[in-house]
Amino acid sequence: MTQFIDIAALDDIPPQGARVVKTPVGCIAVFRTADDQLFALDDRCPHKGGPLSEGIVHGTSVTCPLHAWVFDLNTGQAQGADDGQVRTYAVRSEAGRVLLDAAFLARRSAA
Amino acid sequence: MKQKLVVIGAGMASGRMLETIFDAGGNFDVTLFNAEPRGNYNRLMLSPVLSGEKTYAQIVTHDADWYAAHGVDCRFGEPVVKIDRENRVVYSNAGGVPYDALVIATGSAPFIVPVPGKDLPGVVAYRDLEDTNAMISASAPGAKAVVIGGGLLGLEAAAGMAARGAEVTVIHLMGHLMERQLDPAAGYLLQKDLESRGIRIHCKGATKAILGTDRVEAVLLEDGTVYPADLVCMAVGIRPEVRLANDAHLEVGRGITVNDQMRTSDPAIFALGECVEHDKQLFGLVAPLYDQAKVLAATLLGQDVAFRPVQTATKLKVTGVDLFSAADFAEAPGREDIVFRDPGRGVYKRLILEGDRLLGAVMYGDTADGSWFFDLIKQGKDITDLRDTLIFGPAFAGGASANPLAAVAALPPEAEICGCNGVCKGKILTAIEGGANTLDMVRSATKASASCGTCTGLVEQVMALTLGDGFTANANPPMCKCTDHTHEDVRRLIKSMGLKSIPAVMQELGWKTVGGCASCRPALNYYLIADWPTEYADDRQSRFVNERNHGNIQKDGTYSVVPRMWGGVTTPAELRAIADAADRYAVPMVKVTGGQRIDLLGVKKEDLPAIWSDLNAAGMVSGHAYAKGLRTVKTCVGTEFCRFGTQDSTGLGIKLEKLLWGSWTPAKVKLGVSGCPRNCAEATCKDIGVVCVDSGYEISVAGAAGMDVRETEFLCKVTTEAEVMEVIAAFTQLYRENARYLHRIYKWVAKVGLDWCRTQVEDEVIRRALYDRFMLSQSVYQIDPWAEHAAKPADWAPVADLTIRAAE
Repeated sequence: MTQFIDIAALDDIPPQGARVVKTPVGCIAVFRTADDQLFALDDRCPHKGGPLSEGIVHGTSVTCPLHAWVFDLNTGQAQGADDGQVRTYAVRSEAGRVLLDAAFLARRSAA
Repeated sequence: MKQKLVVIGAGMASGRMLETIFDAGGNFDVTLFNAEPRGNYNRLMLSPVLSGEKTYAQIVTHDADWYAAHGVDCRFGEPVVKIDRENRVVYSNAGGVPYDALVIATGSAPFIVPVPGKDLPGVVAYRDLEDTNAMISASAPGAKAVVIGGGLLGLEAAAGMAARGAEVTVIHLMGHLMERQLDPAAGYLLQKDLESRGIRIHCKGATKAILGTDRVEAVLLEDGTVYPADLVCMAVGIRPEVRLANDAHLEVGRGITVNDQMRTSDPAIFALGECVEHDKQLFGLVAPLYDQAKVLAATLLGQDVAFRPVQTATKLKVTGVDLFSAADFAEAPGREDIVFRDPGRGVYKRLILEGDRLLGAVMYGDTADGSWFFDLIKQGKDITDLRDTLIFGPAFAGGASANPLAAVAALPPEAEICGCNGVCKGKILTAIEGGANTLDMVRSATKASASCGTCTGLVEQVMALTLGDGFTANANPPMCKCTDHTHEDVRRLIKSMGLKSIPAVMQELGWKTVGGCASCRPALNYYLIADWPTEYADDRQSRFVNERNHGNIQKDGTYSVVPRMWGGVTTPAELRAIADAADRYAVPMVKVTGGQRIDLLGVKKEDLPAIWSDLNAAGMVSGHAYAKGLRTVKTCVGTEFCRFGTQDSTGLGIKLEKLLWGSWTPAKVKLGVSGCPRNCAEATCKDIGVVCVDSGYEISVAGAAGMDVRETEFLCKVTTEAEVMEVIAAFTQLYRENARYLHRIYKWVAKVGLDWCRTQVEDEVIRRALYDRFMLSQSVYQIDPWAEHAAKPADWAPVADLTIRAAE
């Protein structure tokens, strides 16, 4: 079950950039592309834990700032020769606000 | 007894002749005269030298070692003044040299339009390195140049100067450009292409006079138009240089008359190259000249070979312009055309047929099938069966799929790949079978693509077809997978096409990805900052994390904080502020850096604005310890305290750092200033180093102490601190404007040559212009990033904290 919560204004996230949301299960990076699509992924590269939110956003991909692994923002899948995946979360914008699916928190508290 | 062979002129034709003779083991005592003060270099490559893609050193064909190894007595810079045919002696002003056989290879002289003002300083031709250097030094951004003549040579000169930033106008007498090689439609596309690069084209323009008092100032046309000019390049044509032959009473028509063996009317005298006339024909392209060289070498070695001129095809060596023309394209009764146009892509192809034969081809915008058509023309093949799809090239002729390599795969072994050196596909295949698996090896085995280089792509395709996955072309790889352009091409096109934003670059240069990648975006952002400091706005999202967050990211995601410490000098107050900041933000490690300052390691991102706010309050600014920019100026104590110091090295270092800080550069830049040759500041392994001596300051550049370690090379010596500052700012600007992103100074200097850098900073006008452009950029970019960022701490913290919500 999805449970969207308002986390920020769209303008808080720069186009081709990201902002971080702190959660009890670690940081989530919320990305905004040049054409205002939103994506949310774990802010932790499966390679050496680099903060993906600090990577360069190009198209619908991000390049990790530590060792240049590239991830598809749609799937969280590492591209090219690298093997790995980052968890993704549903996120959408509505009336200039950014809404993140916080169902993962509910599951956690239910458990 | 060895024969005495005297050669007048060290050009490409005589050079090839000597190579052929030596390769065949010919036994001659060779004396080589040359009016130019240097040996044989590849004149076809002057255009890349002019546009900055190559250096002179890269186009030398025969160096001093080569001449020495073959025992050639070189008389360079020594023009021949007389030939005494009776006694078989050649005279220069230094004396006589006897010969058994004499080769005249004096080449051609530029045709100078006989108008008033043609002798003014600033009027040059385009024949040799001196002309090229004159154009390079006159092509500073904003300078105005006029090229008279819209043929091959004139357009290459124009494009080269435009690529260097000059405002170029081409004046052409005829109705369209390159009328000897192109029909009007292709001429129009070429004109449009050049105009879009900012080159002004004036066709049907007759030059009336060149105006100016002490040097050229403008060009006046018959129709009254006046074009201001700091430099005028005459490129209207050439004529054979026959003065020596005339004086010696050899038979001369338009050129020196030679028979099929390249022999003149005197049996002991031969001639070859652009100075000869064979069967009433003159020669200007390199392929027939190389054929002449082979024939003459054979003649001198006692073999019986005859020179038979072959048809040649033409390409224009201007990066980004694709143009091909072969053989006869004039309209005439009985001739038919097949024409293909794609105006949207700027593609034009025209085939000229007579009966069942292909007579000529003109192509613009897409020339991939050029060699295939040229081959059909030379072989006189019956094309009746191919006619329906002929214009679409070999990919359709055999019904094969439109694979990019299909055109090359379809070429027969006798098809010519390299026009300059007459190398056919079969010869390249033989070389590859013989073990040549790199471009360089194929080049040295066959000479394919070793002259003008425009066929390099074709040669690589032949190699790719033969070697399959075992071959990767790497001559100059594209910038990244998003584009086929090299860094150099992109830099040049940004300037010549006036591209002022990352989307504009990606659109106009045909980027293959949306939004580029992490490799090209920072490079483009830098190029735009460097080229358009007042018009382009820095794109923070195209910066690598360190430059975006103004700190070096560490492996755990924390950052390092390094305040600037001018020249490595600090005060108790600054040290207290640093100590307080380290305490307040619980900095895990405080370390002294190699650049004479203090590094606070392990600071969390959200603390950066606050810690910098504290440091700013104590008067400190960012040390840019993370930047592709000015890092540190390391100094020793100099005359202030040291008993050996010759100048105030500390003071000079501080002044230099205050001048240069904040500037963005292709890669990091570190300076050192030592107060005496004991060099305690280790200035001679820095990107730029100053060593003080009693009589002034020695400036050296291109050192390194990283993955590569190398000593700096001497740039120049000056006597005042003001001069040090101006030279170093100008040199830094030269680097900023020309280097490839991520190339340190030593890599860039190795590419362009220290000599070129020196000519730029030693020329007072150029140096001043570089300095002014540097200061203009500094007026925008010499700012402390934290003055702005420290005021918005919220931007650096998480945008939301759901841990609190969960706890509620």
